[in-house]
Formats: sequence, C-alpha cells, structure tokens
Amino acid sequence: MTPPTAIGVAVLLPLLGAIGIQLTGKRPNLREAVTILTSLLTFGVVLTLVREVTSGSRPELELAEVLPGVALAFQVEPLGMLYALVAAGLWIPTALYAIGYCRGHDEQNQTRFFTCFALAIFAALGIAFSRNLFTLFLFYEVLTLSTYPLVTHYGNDEAKAAGRTYLGILLTTSVMFLLMAILWTWHLTGTLEFAPGGILNGKAEGPMVAVLLALYAFGTGKAALMPFHRWLPAAMVAPTPVSALLHAVAIVKAGVFTVLKVIVYVFGINFLDETDASVWLMYAASFTLLASSIIALTKDNLKARLAYSTISQLSYIVLGGALATSAGILGGGMHIAMHAMGKITLFFCAGAIFVASHKKNISDMDGIGRAMPFTMSAFFLGSMSIIGLPPMGGSWSKWYLALGAADGHHAIFIAVLMISSLLSIGYLMPVVGRAFLFPAKASEHDHGHAPASGPLSRIFPGLHEAPILCVAPLCLTALGCIALFFFAGDIYDLLLPITLEP
Amino acid sequence: MEHLPVLQIVIPLLAAPVCVLLRHHATVRTFAVLVAWTCLGIALTLLAEVREGGTISYHLGNWAPPLGIEYRVDLLNAYVLVIVSAIGAVVMPFGFGTPEPGLRDGQHHLYYAAFLLCLTGLLGITITGDAFNVFVFLEVSSLAAYTLISLGQHRRALTAGFSYLIMGSIGGTFILVAIGMIYMMTGTLNMADIAERLPPVLGTRTIWMALAFLIIGVSIKLAVFPLHQWLPNAYSYAPPVVSAFLAATATKVSYYVLVRAIFTLFGAAFVFETMGMQRLLMPLALLAMFLGSIAAIYQEDLKRVLAYSSIAQIGYMTLGLSFANEDGLTGGLVHLFNHALMKGGLFLVVAGIVYKLGSSAIGDLRGIGRKMPVTMAAFVIGGLSLIGVPGTVGFISKWYLVLAALDSGSYVVAFMILASSLLAVVYVWRIVEVMYFQGDGESREGLSDPPLSMLIPTWVLIGGTIYFGFTTELTAGTASEIARMLLEGAK
Repeated sequence: MTPPTAIGVAVLLPLLGAIGIQLTGKRPNLREAVTILTSLLTFGVVLTLVREVTSGSRPELELAEVLPGVALAFQVEPLGMLYALVAAGLWIPTALYAIGYCRGHDEQNQTRFFTCFALAIFAALGIAFSRNLFTLFLFYEVLTLSTYPLVTHYGNDEAKAAGRTYLGILLTTSVMFLLMAILWTWHLTGTLEFAPGGILNGKAEGPMVAVLLALYAFGTGKAALMPFHRWLPAAMVAPTPVSALLHAVAIVKAGVFTVLKVIVYVFGINFLDETDASVWLMYAASFTLLASSIIALTKDNLKARLAYSTISQLSYIVLGGALATSAGILGGGMHIAMHAMGKITLFFCAGAIFVASHKKNISDMDGIGRAMPFTMSAFFLGSMSIIGLPPMGGSWSKWYLALGAADGHHAIFIAVLMISSLLSIGYLMPVVGRAFLFPAKASEHDHGHAPASGPLSRIFPGLHEAPILCVAPLCLTALGCIALFFFAGDIYDLLLPITLEP
Repeated sequence: MEHLPVLQIVIPLLAAPVCVLLRHHATVRTFAVLVAWTCLGIALTLLAEVREGGTISYHLGNWAPPLGIEYRVDLLNAYVLVIVSAIGAVVMPFGFGTPEPGLRDGQHHLYYAAFLLCLTGLLGITITGDAFNVFVFLEVSSLAAYTLISLGQHRRALTAGFSYLIMGSIGGTFILVAIGMIYMMTGTLNMADIAERLPPVLGTRTIWMALAFLIIGVSIKLAVFPLHQWLPNAYSYAPPVVSAFLAATATKVSYYVLVRAIFTLFGAAFVFETMGMQRLLMPLALLAMFLGSIAAIYQEDLKRVLAYSSIAQIGYMTLGLSFANEDGLTGGLVHLFNHALMKGGLFLVVAGIVYKLGSSAIGDLRGIGRKMPVTMAAFVIGGLSLIGVPGTVGFISKWYLVLAALDSGSYVVAFMILASSLLAVVYVWRIVEVMYFQGDGESREGLSDPPLSMLIPTWVLIGGTIYFGFTTELTAGTASEIARMLLEGAK
C-alpha cells in the first residue's frame, strides 16, 4: 500500500465500519466483531504511515478541489501523526470497553451508538490528516455532529439539555469565530494550506495578529478555553465509553490539536514569538488551567471532577502552544498523548465503578478499592500520570512545558504549572485514598446485586469487579501510562521536526 | 438546434392546454413529466452552447430587433434556466403513482396545466431580451401561481392565493410603469438597446423614478423584507409540491430580473454609486436575514418555518448583490442555485410528511424520526445546509458572502452573516429535537417512509446539496464567471 493510499484507507475504514455496523445492527455479535475488526485494521493502517513520517516524507492525498485554491486534501505531518495514533490506538481498548459496558448495562440503541462512535473516529482521523484549514474545519464539524447523538444517547430531558449546550457552544464558536478566522486568513493570504513556518508572516501585523489568534483559540470550542468550556461537563451525561474516548481523547484533543496546528503551521512559532501576539493567550490558558482545577476540587460526582480536570489539562497544551518556544510546543504535543492515556484510564475506571456498583459520587466510594482492586490500582496509576509524577508518561510533557516557559522567559508560568500539579493531587488522590484506606460503608453490599460473576471473581473470590471486557482495557491503558514514560523519547523525535522552521 | 431558445418556451406553453384536453390522470402526469424533462434537456444544451460559443441571440419569427422580440441567452440566463427547469424536472414526477398531495379530486389536469404554464412564465422571464416581454411572462407565471396556490386543500389557501394576487399585481404594475418610463426616455423595449441608450439620460428624474418603480416592483415579487408579507401564507397553504416548486424557482427568477435590471440595464455604477442603492439594500438584506430567521424560530408549522427561512435566505442573496463586488455577486448567484436545491428538497420532505401524516404542524412531528428515517435524514441534511455546515452547498454560499464582506472592509457585516446562520441552528434543531426525542410513548402504527416515487426526487435535491458542496465547478464556477461578466459590462 503506497502512503497516499494508506491515508485514504485509514480515513475511510471507520466510515465503512460505521456502514457495516449499521448493516449488521440486528446481530449484536457480528456488529461488535465489525467494530473491533475495523478498529484493529484502522490502527494497523495508521501505523504503516509512522515510518514515512519519521523518515521525513510528508505523504499527501488530494481528493477534490472544492473551490479554486481550496481543496479537500490530506497530508500526514508529525503532529497529525501523533493525534491519529492516539485516536486510532485508543479506539481499540475503548471498543472492547464499550462492548463490555453496554452489555453490562443493557444500553438502548447500541447500533446507533457504535455507528456514531465509528463516525467520530472517521472525523478525528480526517482532522489529524488535514492538509489545509478547510479540510480541518469540515471534519471538525463532522465530529461535532456525529457525537451529538452520543451525548443525547439517553434521550431524556437532561440529555436533551446537555445536547443543546453541546451543539450550541461548539457550533456557535466554530461558525462565529473559527470560520471567521479561516475566511480572514484566506482574505489576507489567499491560501489555507498549512505550511512549516506559517503563512501569516508578512501578511498580518500589529494587533490584528492577536485578534486573529483569539478567533482561532476561542473558535476552537473543543479546546474548552474558558468561557467556552461548559459543553464538556455537560457532555458527561453520555455513556462512559463516550466520555472516555471522545470527551477525554478524540474530541478535546481535536480542539487542542487544532490550536497547536494553527500556531505552528498558520502563524509560525517564530512569528508569534516576535510579535508577542500570544502573550494574552498564555494568561487566558493559565486562568482556565487554575480555575478549572479549583472547580474540580469541589465536584463530588466523579465524572464531573474528571471533566473539569480535562479542561484544566487541555489548557496545558494551549499554554504550551502559546509559549511559542520549541520546548513548549513539544511539551504540548507530547501532552496530547500523555493526557489521553491517563485520562482514558480514569474514565474507564469511573465507568467500571458505575457498572459494578452503580456509584457516581466520590463520597460513596469509601473502601471500594477492596472490592475492585484492579480498577482502583489502575485509577491510581492514571492519576499519577495526570499529576505528572514519574515513572508515568505525564511527567515528561510537564517537564517540557516547564522548560518551554523558562525558555520563553515567562517564569511565572512555571509556578502556574506547579500549583496546578498540586491542585491535581488535591482532586485525584482523595479518590484513591478513600477507596483503599477508608472503611467500606455498611450499606455496601445491601444493594441487592447478585454476587459478581465472571473470570475475575472466580479466581479472586470476594472481588466485585466490572465485567472482564471493562477491566482488561483499563488495566491495559494504565500500563500504557507507564510505557509512555519509557517511549517519550520516540514521541519527542517524532515531533521535533515541527519546531524547526525554515 | 438553432430554435432551441424558442422551444424552451413553446413546448411547455403548448403542453399546458394539451394537459387539459388529455384529462386522463396517468396520461396527463406522464406527459407533464416528459415535458419538464425536455425543458431541462433544452436548458442544459443552451448552457453548454453558451459556455462554448458565447451569447445566443434568437429573433422570434425572424423579425430583427428592436422591432421584433429577441431571445437573448447569455451565461446568466442559461444558468437561471437550468435552475428553474431542473427543479421543475425533479418536482414534477414527485409522488408518481400516488394521488397528488393536498389536491381535490378531478382537478389534476388543471393542476398540471397551471404547473406547466407557471414553468413557461418563469422560463420566459429568464430567456427573453425584451423588457415588455418580461412583464408578459411575469403575469403568465404569476396567474398560474395564484391558481396553483389556491388549489391547496386548506380553505385559507384561497385567501393566501388572493393576497398573493393583490401583492403580485401591485408588483407587476410597478414593473410595467417602470418599463413605460424607460420606453419614454429611450424609445425601445429591447434590453440590449436600452442598455446602450440609457447612459445619456441617466440624470433625468424619469429614469430615477423608473429605477425606483422597478426595484420596488421586483422586490415585491422577490419578497425582499419588508415586502415579504405574501410569502409565508402562500407557501404554507399551497399544495406542498407547489410550495417546493415556487420556493425553489419563483423568487429566483425575480432575483434574476433584479440582477439584470441593475447590472445590465442601469449599470452598477449608477445604481449603487449615484443612487446609493447600497445603503438601502444592504440594511434591508441584513434585517431580512435576522428577522426572517427569528420569525422562523417561533412558527408552529414546518411549512411556515421553511417559508420564513426563505425570507432570510433571500436576504443573503440580496446582500450578495448589494456588495457589488465579484465575490458578493458570485455568492448571491451561487446561493440562487444552492437555495433552490435545499429549499426545494426540504419542501419535498414536507410534502412526504403531509402525504403520510396529513399535517405538517410541528406538534404532530413527535417521534417521526424513528418511523420515517430516510425522510428525516433528508431533513437533517437539508437543515445543515441551511445552517451552512461545510460539505453542504450552504457553506459555499456563505464562503463567498463573507469573503465579499471582508473584501469591502465591512467586518461587522461579515460577523452578522455568520451570526445569522446560527439562528438557523435554532430553528432547524428545534424540529430535530421534536422529531427524534419526543413522542416515545405514542404508538404510530403503520407510519413509515413515503413511497420511492417521493423519496427519489427528495433525495435527488438533498443529495445535490452534498454533491455540489464538494463539486463547485458547475455552480460557483459559472456564478463567478457571470459575476465577472456583469461587473465588466457595468464598467
């Protein structure tokens, strides 16, 4: 398979998968087989592109010229490669987990659920491989729309209200600001193609650069910069696998990926650094970063706490981009992968707890670690990675972000990063502490649940874990957090070329 | 082949009385469909010929202009001819094999006769190069349209048809007065001649009055805010298929007349710079975009939502025109095609719903998303196109309009265009929520998608909104060529 074909196949596979899932909807086992097969194949095809990118080539695929000079076209570059690897790679454990979750929970409309899921991955890969702003915007909107049915999955009033917030904020910001920014860029430069070193240098100047950056940064509502962050906690009404893959990985990372890509390939790191147009964004990101960490401390609902933690972690990446230094960009880019692996683990755990014991609130989780040691150990590992402690992947990205702040002579942001790390200890560790150290509440086993069956409880009697299809993926991603600590060098090498401007 | 321009008109014109004579239901229907398809074939051939060989001038009855009537087909006419006849060709076979939706028994032959006459009128306005001829065909199409609207089942269809008749006649009269004044000053009715003889007399009050009468008259027909009052009732009480046809074609042809008058007859420099028409048209267009969309949000009937949305969409077209630059005119002209596709498709969705449910009140649409998935998927795509989501034709139109605003340095207007498209999100999504999230408990036995003969025309148009969202060579390519042609001619 030649690299251009591989791009086409990688993007198209999830779409075909979605059609296949729709067609096999009446036979759940076959349908699930289609999901798993598609996810494996997609990841395989994405992997074949890695070697091309690391060897320095940038395979391209142009599908159509929509308007003169505006093409629907793909190109694989390091940042997109990383995002595609994260989205496609984590789809596999999520697919397994979703099957376990949906069956363990007897969800309605499972066919629609898995169809939209595959469509969302299709959109995510389209974003990752987009060669220009038009393609990126197209798939950005596809991603918003394809995930709307997932957010409103339960169809009740709460889901409907969440759906309105979700669609309202994401469409409003993207149409009002992002599209405006894209059109303005076209107006100024006559091109929408991403180019190393940026396309705006010499075409825009003065305060206009900062305004344009603001349109991009706030227009990318998926990056959840305050005050456009409300959709993310609202989306938590969706079933947990959706929160895990989409609202911790694919969608939010699409947002920060867009911000990073725009900073690197539209503005250019040097151009931003010279014009100081991104200084305000450093402060805006820091504000979001600290404020949402503090809000996270106040949330008792585990998913809500994780949602606010996500908002905070996304701003790390935006901050990394805004610093406009090599180390900052690298740190931000690495954090896409590190945070994805850590946060998906935490969401998996939250879902597993819910499936096994129907608990949503942290205050009810006293002593749960004894019944669910696997889940809660994984939660512990994921938390460490989010906080940024070695030997977890998250420690590297924070290291480079701090380095980036120092390089840019913005030492104040090192302090911001450190305070936020402390805050994240504050909102994540109590969950682990309660689970393992507090005595279990008396009402624990009066829930009327049948004793858990399945392989885990057969080997370890007394355990009350979620089905194996839920537990295995979360153990896998927890180990992944450790693995990333050792493979951080590879990610660094992959991303390094994007900081070298011509 | 050289007689194609006149055949474009004569075929549907003669076919109309034949429909009345044939009477037999299925025969009439097949015949009308064949005529509509022939018209599309002719229009496409004309477009191809014009693209290759330039403007075609056809002298009716071999009488040389300016005495004889000239049919003059340039890129702009050919483009509008294709839009009108394509919509006719898609809408005509809608529901083949089922009773015409919303029509009393024994009227089908009259219905098709009126339909073909309306098509004749609209094509005639577009193709003719003679100002008085425009008025004649305008009346032909309007009278046929009044008939079609009053054929609606609801009793209020009669009053809706009547108020359209009054408003339409006022508009027609205004246009006639304008033509009279122009004739007074130039002594000719041939539009190419008028364009040559007008410049020396542009400073006269008569011509100023003529311009005012013409713009107001056409604006009534086009339903430019605030002259849009007739439109919502006309579209909501007409038989649904008629709404689809009229929404997609009638206003488009009026828009053509406006463009022709401004850019070919009077010249953009005179209209926009000397007379300052921009200061009138642009605010009205912006008001239409917002008030039309806001009104659409509060409607209780799907047809009325779409009708008010049309007023907003006409605002976009007028806005594009009022920029008087290449991108703006391209945006306006490409929206002509794009809006015809999406609004035609959406009204056909409504026609399918009315066929199945007997109503298009939003309250009655609860839960039909699950019962009529294919129809409702078409609605969602059409709605997304109204919003202007990338990958649909609506995005292409907005692209050009916003660029036109940026080109002319009006950043505020650019923001307003984008902001108004968010209002479309509200009125579209309000319906989507009703269709998919409400009415769980209600059992609607036997409710399913309408027959294929309805789904296929609907999906031809809705599929077109996606296809032409990616392939814009034919639409935006032609539109920008026309825009260049008109602006060069204006200099």
